[in-house]
Amino acid sequence: MPARLRLPELNRQFVFGLIAVVVCIPILWKFSFREYPSPMVRKVFDKVQSLPAGSKVLLALDYDPGAEAELQPMARAFLRHCAERKMKIYFMTLWATGPPVITRAIEDVLVPEFPGYRYGRDYVTLGFKPGNEAAVAIIASDLKKLFTTDGRGTNINDIEMTRPIRNIRSFDIVLSVSAGFPGTKEWIQYGTDPAGIPIAAGMTAVQAPLNYPYYPRQLLGLLGGIKAAAEYEALLKETYQKYNDPKYHLEATARMGPQTWAHLAIIGLIILGNLTTLLARAGRGRN
Amino acid sequence: MKRTVPSIITFLVGTLLIVTFFIPHKPFSKLTDDFNTFFDIIAAFAFILGGGNLARMHGKRVASRQAGWFYSAVCLAGFFSMLIFGLLKIRYHDGALGWDLKGDLNNAQFLFQQMWEYIFRPGTSTIYALLAFFIASASYRAFRARNTEAALLLGTALIILLGRTFVGPILTAWLPPSLEFLTIPSLANWVMAWPTQAGNRAIMFGVALGIVSLSLKVILGIDRSHLGEKD
Repeated sequence: MPARLRLPELNRQFVFGLIAVVVCIPILWKFSFREYPSPMVRKVFDKVQSLPAGSKVLLALDYDPGAEAELQPMARAFLRHCAERKMKIYFMTLWATGPPVITRAIEDVLVPEFPGYRYGRDYVTLGFKPGNEAAVAIIASDLKKLFTTDGRGTNINDIEMTRPIRNIRSFDIVLSVSAGFPGTKEWIQYGTDPAGIPIAAGMTAVQAPLNYPYYPRQLLGLLGGIKAAAEYEALLKETYQKYNDPKYHLEATARMGPQTWAHLAIIGLIILGNLTTLLARAGRGRN
Repeated sequence: MKRTVPSIITFLVGTLLIVTFFIPHKPFSKLTDDFNTFFDIIAAFAFILGGGNLARMHGKRVASRQAGWFYSAVCLAGFFSMLIFGLLKIRYHDGALGWDLKGDLNNAQFLFQQMWEYIFRPGTSTIYALLAFFIASASYRAFRARNTEAALLLGTALIILLGRTFVGPILTAWLPPSLEFLTIPSLANWVMAWPTQAGNRAIMFGVALGIVSLSLKVILGIDRSHLGEKD
């Protein structure tokens, strides 16, 4: 070993360039890998799978376009599964930027893949309501106090599937996809836990550790980040063969390619950084 | 008077809401609903207050040509255009402008939706995506085993990162089924389910106790900072 072996510190531009390359190549070449569902993801999937046709599911999409890359595939996976199970889907959001996210999910999944699904009979969007946790608390006690119309301005009592809804207890399950406050935590604390309604959640990977304390008693299970969404898609493919057809674009599985290579590049950078430090320390000790 | 009346209202409402939590029966249960509705109405008004405040702050900056006034002008332009497009429900379709006060704003023909789709959405996504580059750079610089604690943090981070990729299962696939708990995905799940959960629970308990203590101080009138009073 030479007397003073040193590795140069990488500059920021090199690191940025490396990440750009490792993210772009898998996107262009469409690399994807087989996913092995974790027990928590399987638990959420099994719960949704066990609900009978016609069950009422409240799908709360509490996020903005910033988190769309990570959460929209999760919302679509939940949506596909609920539609496969022929459930009644009620969309809503506690985020002002949420309604277009709901529209997008409907237009990307329900309209092209489930043409039999009819607005007002099989799905409805309640839109956005301000008030954060207070809005959840009102939904828990009397939903119609908060929602007099749906997201499109139609009287809620004129819509077939919202007419019998009284409060959160009218739903069989709540599926919360959230990127922060207000989100899953508020749904648990002010809605599902006091009412005793099951809730499963999907959230960004950064958010997941903050919600682990609610698992398993108050939260059925949670999907953290794009990896968990890809695992959910793997279970969808396993259960419903049609999703093995490439015409159904399973986004989370496709996005796992860039994420995996980016993670590996970061691991490589961390190892390199530590080697640099170790060699510098060894050099100093020798001097 | 300016301090006493709000303090009495705070005490009465605070005490009442605590009582309603422990007696979820009429008339208390109805009171909880009513208070939640009041809160929701006030929250809706906060949008007006927030909008007014934003216009005032940035308007001042533009008027006095302070440093960065151009960004304030862009912010105001974005705010007012979205407000006008949303309130008047202006639509742009087949090269013609018009409005439809009864239409659904989420329809692609409305300028509000077009602004969201072609400006807000790509802009926000781009800012969020930039994080990947900064995280990579920060990981390279900060994750160094300089002492025992840093080495532990580094080891945990590597397990979680590997556990989130296809490499994790491959690296430890050779382990016999009896040692399955030592595979990287199992270790990653264990880290998330036990140490992470324990740490987060401790933080949550601490925060909850802090909130209880602060709430009691506010209800009992010991802390009056919400009334603009300094300690």
